[in-house]
Amino acid sequence: MIRTFGLPEIQFILEGAKWTILMSLAAFIFGGALGLLVALARTSAIRPLRVAAACYIQIFQGTPLLVQLFAVYFGLPLLGVNVELWLAVVTGLALHASGFLGEIWRGSIEAVPRGQTEAARALGLGYFARIRDVVLPQALRISLPATVGFMVNLVKGTAVAALLGLTEMTRSAQLMSNITFEPLKVYASVGLFYFIICLPLTLCSARLEKRLNAQG
Amino acid sequence: MSAVAARIRPDQNPQAVTDHPAQATITMSAVNKWYGKMHVLRDIDLRVNKGEHLVLCGPSGSGKSTLIRCINALEEIQSGTIEVNGNVLGRKGAKVDHIRRDVGMVFQQFNLFPHLTVLQNCMLAPRRIHRATEAEARDKAMHFLEQVHIAEHGHKYPAQLSGGQQQRVAIARALCMGPQVMLFDEPTSALDPEMVKEVLDTMIGLADQGITMICVTHEMGFARAVAHRVIFMDRGEIIESAPPSEFFGAPKHERTRAFLGQILNH
Ligand SMILES: Nc1ncnc2c1ncn2[C@@H]1O[C@H](COP(=O)(O)OP(=O)(O)O)[C@@H](O)[C@H]1O
Ligand SMILES: [Mg+2]
Repeated sequence: MIRTFGLPEIQFILEGAKWTILMSLAAFIFGGALGLLVALARTSAIRPLRVAAACYIQIFQGTPLLVQLFAVYFGLPLLGVNVELWLAVVTGLALHASGFLGEIWRGSIEAVPRGQTEAARALGLGYFARIRDVVLPQALRISLPATVGFMVNLVKGTAVAALLGLTEMTRSAQLMSNITFEPLKVYASVGLFYFIICLPLTLCSARLEKRLNAQG
Repeated sequence: MSAVAARIRPDQNPQAVTDHPAQATITMSAVNKWYGKMHVLRDIDLRVNKGEHLVLCGPSGSGKSTLIRCINALEEIQSGTIEVNGNVLGRKGAKVDHIRRDVGMVFQQFNLFPHLTVLQNCMLAPRRIHRATEAEARDKAMHFLEQVHIAEHGHKYPAQLSGGQQQRVAIARALCMGPQVMLFDEPTSALDPEMVKEVLDTMIGLADQGITMICVTHEMGFARAVAHRVIFMDRGEIIESAPPSEFFGAPKHERTRAFLGQILNH
């Protein structure tokens, strides 16, 4: 029986949207935390840390997201860790995000003028205070456009989880399209939903950027 | 700098300061530094006594910045020793951050933190290092901002200030840590000419309070007015070291004379 594309179908897609949002958030929070460590390691004075971070970044930037997700999903059980699909996907996305954010933030940290760290060192500030109070606030501002750009891509990138069988928004849309035979309406709605999810990111960043620029 | 040059200090007696070896604040012995194959500091021996004001000059690239940056361990040395207030730098386990707290530094490019207000710039280090309360740090910051006549701009961001004002904030920021030694690396070289005087006047005021100062500068009026000793460096070596009257009146070395000729008659 062919169903029309009505409220229940939209609700089904919104159910999927919930997954999309949750996965994006989790990937960004965990990936961000890990990415910060990667960026700090990459800019550290300790050479082995720098090399290790460079390899880490290279791995995640040099392979497709889908391959990374498969590697985590099928790799974790080999290590004796059995995880549910959604957890594997979130782990994969977070690792992926940490590599990219690590590289974006490395660039921003290095873009903070040398004189800033020197002035902080000359005042006697230790590493932690230099990073937290002097370098990161300035690096954040520099990295903002690239970070938001990546976050938007991350939201859209969660769609590949559909290929592992997770019913996030794109997968829900596929299912609804199959039973309604109205792919145009379905995918147009889904496109709109992605747009709506990403809009606040762009708006917030524009506001933040404006506020930071007020500092001259 | 007529205002500076016109300043006369009848009480100035360099010998009185330099004759007390026990009071040495900074001692550099046989210090050598290389950048790769380039030998930038050659067997530097230098003692700076408590309360002494030193002016360091020399051609560009002669190693002046490198020398003072070694004193607060912004640069590493390859041989020799540097002692600051009894702490020996360069040894394993040297308390570098402790030494830096005793030594304030002012840079050519000011290096204020652009994301913090003037007041926050001054409060950061005391808050983090001395664990001062917000109120304590603010009082101290206001005290030194008043001393450099810029307290009314405390709420502004550095980008809203002129170069001369920024440099005075940088001086106040360093003073907030209560340093015993102040290092200045060409503090007026990046300033428009009309702002040089306000910064030099601030530094003279500081000198009058008796703080130990090492100042890389080509402001010879300033050197005459406050220096106990002027040191000339060339190609990584200390060529000549003398009280200003002698240094400017009767320089011993040909290279010093050539250099003075260049900067005084440009
Ligand atoms: N980080 C660095 N790496 C390599 N060479 C440097 C570095 N900093 C300074 N130098 C070189 O060391 C020499 C001394 O520099 P510097 O101390 O800045 O001289 P000055 O302050 O007297 O102009 C110069 O030849 C300069 O090019
Ligand atoms: Mg220099």
